Amino acid sequence: MTRPANPKFSPKILLASDLAEGDVVFWGQDGWERDLLRAKIAYDEAEAATLDAAGKAAVAANRVVDAYLVDVTVDAAGAPAPSHFREKFRAAGPSVRRDLGKQAWLQGAGNR
Amino acid sequence: MALVSDGAFIADEWRRLADEESLPGSGKVIVSLGRLPAAREDARLTALGVYVANTTDPKALAPYFARLALIDIAFPAFTDGRGFSLARLLRREGFVGELRASGRLTPDQYLHAVGGGFDTIEIPDELAAHHGEANWAKARQARSLSYQRGVAGGASILERRRKGVA
Amino acid sequence: MTAHDPALPPRPNSAPTIYAYDEYDRAFVRERVAEFRGQVERRLAGALTEEEFRPFRLMNGLYLQLHAYMLRVAIPYGSLTSRQMRQLAYIADKWDKGYGHFTTRQNLQYNWPKLVDVPDILEALADVDMHAIQTSGNCIRNVTADHFAGVAADELEDPRPTAEFLRQWSSAHAEFSFLPRKFKIAVSGAEHDRAAIKIHDIGLRIVKNAQGAIGYEVIVGGGLGRTPFVGKLLREFLPRADLLAFLEAILRVYNRFGRRDNKYKARIKILVHETGLDEIRTQVEAEFAAMDRAPFAYDAQELERVVAAFAPPAYESLPARSDALEKAKAENTEFAAFAAVNVAPHKVPGYAIVTVSLKPIGGIPGDATAAQMRALADAADTYGFGELRVSHEQNIILPHVKQDDLFALWRDLSAAGLATANAGLISDIISCPGLDYCALATARSIPIAQAISERFADLERQRLIGKLGIKISGCINACGHHHIGAIGILGLEKKGVESYQITLGGDPTLSASIGELLGPGVSAEEVPDVIESLVQFYLAERREGEAFIDTWRRLGHKRFKESARREGEDGSGI
Repeated sequence: MTRPANPKFSPKILLASDLAEGDVVFWGQDGWERDLLRAKIAYDEAEAATLDAAGKAAVAANRVVDAYLVDVTVDAAGAPAPSHFREKFRAAGPSVRRDLGKQAWLQGAGNR
Repeated sequence: MALVSDGAFIADEWRRLADEESLPGSGKVIVSLGRLPAAREDARLTALGVYVANTTDPKALAPYFARLALIDIAFPAFTDGRGFSLARLLRREGFVGELRASGRLTPDQYLHAVGGGFDTIEIPDELAAHHGEANWAKARQARSLSYQRGVAGGASILERRRKGVA
Repeated sequence: MTAHDPALPPRPNSAPTIYAYDEYDRAFVRERVAEFRGQVERRLAGALTEEEFRPFRLMNGLYLQLHAYMLRVAIPYGSLTSRQMRQLAYIADKWDKGYGHFTTRQNLQYNWPKLVDVPDILEALADVDMHAIQTSGNCIRNVTADHFAGVAADELEDPRPTAEFLRQWSSAHAEFSFLPRKFKIAVSGAEHDRAAIKIHDIGLRIVKNAQGAIGYEVIVGGGLGRTPFVGKLLREFLPRADLLAFLEAILRVYNRFGRRDNKYKARIKILVHETGLDEIRTQVEAEFAAMDRAPFAYDAQELERVVAAFAPPAYESLPARSDALEKAKAENTEFAAFAAVNVAPHKVPGYAIVTVSLKPIGGIPGDATAAQMRALADAADTYGFGELRVSHEQNIILPHVKQDDLFALWRDLSAAGLATANAGLISDIISCPGLDYCALATARSIPIAQAISERFADLERQRLIGKLGIKISGCINACGHHHIGAIGILGLEKKGVESYQITLGGDPTLSASIGELLGPGVSAEEVPDVIESLVQFYLAERREGEAFIDTWRRLGHKRFKESARREGEDGSGI
């Protein structure tokens, strides 16, 4: 579900590395998700602050490592995509090994 | 503050004196490097120690060794390893008293400290609560073998090889 | 707990030719594994914060990268046995994703281990006398050496016994585990430097003095990264017995006085640069003179033990020229090309050193699948006394192959996709993992290597171009050694897109030099065109026998710069 864009605010999601497995996780409606499409999107400063606080709490609780907010663009269907190429790769996997990482997992049957 | 010695938390008999505090009439006292010349002359003190930065020139401390029972080297960050070299140099200069490392060291560095010649480690109370005594006791035993010669903790691997004992 | 000892067929010719751990080395590694297992357990339980855990996981070779953890396994001075190679394959299959990446520091990286599995992986490594100790962190790193050690025709002395002494001296060193920054040492014992000793924190070159005694030339303060420096001569001749004491003195000076206020200025190269070489020499020599050197002197018995461990294998007595080889070359042009490019002279008549390229055209430089690792192990057992090397060029070396066997080896390698005849040529590209894997990267490196490799796919043309080192890094830290590539490429971010700076004239050998910038960065798509134009200019200008770097030195940077300016003066392109 997409929301009316605030032209002054770039939508954000919260991303981190899972402590035990090391893979990329996204903060969703009620916890960490491995699927970018399930990431909760912050559309204003207040929502971004809530996400940021959730990240800091999860780092302090030793659930994830290196949680940080990432600018995203949101398409008509409400799907977020990281704006910067670095996080695009993080959300997908190595560009030179399309058979590995999230991109491969998402291609697997029933993963989305 | 908590004090670790030989893998256990022990009571600290020493009192660390801030520069604005006057010298007490007796007891075991740790003073700053700046107060050391004066404190050395104070015969009332049972024992004298000094706390120093890890950048201190070991030769500057050598003239005081006869009066010093403790040298406390500050670790401004647990990843700052200068104190390990300073300890080594103080031992080489002939200091035989207690060498203390103070700062936010973790049990995982215990053997580095022991190998460098430290006897005791002083950590803040909240850190001692975070890494309890059991961690320090275990870390003290983490490794029994060392390739380096001349470090504390028994025979080096080379010495064991020569003797053929494990 | 694991106890993986891959079933091995008995191989009569695979007696160890490299240092084999004794009970003490084994016990030492096991203790380190147990210690790290405890640290991982505490981390997972929340008893260690990430900040507290980080230095200790790094000292065990464990990074946290873009997509997963990464484990860097030490291959000390690049030597390993077929048995060890098979275990690396086993680990890749069991705990990773079926492949590994050989690095510019003769190590192997697994890109997908889970933190919870790492202690078991380390246990499996210990089963074959391997480990990940000090492959990262601000400590003395895994020591590297000439990958042709012990077999090179131009060698004065095998550098591996020296490197093994350094491994032992530096392992879990109580005093030097929290240095200002990482510390890398490389050793060479030959006339030609294949270990890039001048770009290391300390480079050691085994030399002979006027009296005929063996000792070391000590080079200090080399390094790449943000501020590249060629190392400087600290001691012209250090007697053999003084080596460890002298290094201890250097490290002590560095540990005490190296900068800790800025991680980009914390390497010893900056200390040497800012303090001045003469002053550093004075400090090191004073420390060396003050210390008790007796505990560091080589123990004669120990020296003998270590040197004996690297004894040459049981070579056959063979004629220098192999008729079988000459015949095979005459009959098969593809093999002849392989023999001309990937085979180097061996010091023993009738034998050869084979470089197995991990740079297939369009492939990922340095990557090998588990199946390829096994094929390499098999080839080593069948043709090479069970021994392999990893080169800092990210290739695998079979150091003792009978010339008579080269053709059969080539056929086996071909079947495993490992016979690319491009060693030292333009598609033998050194590349770091870049932004496809690395958390520090600012741009991708591998796709650039792939695009150049594909542009120059024609091996005949590559041979015509001759020796040309292209080295690519995905950030200023320079793991891809771009500063010392005859053509260097550095990936950066510019206005939200990946941009590539090109340098010319870098040289990793004893004539070491740092490359000079060609101009502003270009896009990924433009890189192959720029390389093409530089190569064409070189081919047009070169004299007989001149490599790219020689032509560049003779003509000067300006001429090359002008040649690459074909996109016009309007600011587009370079």
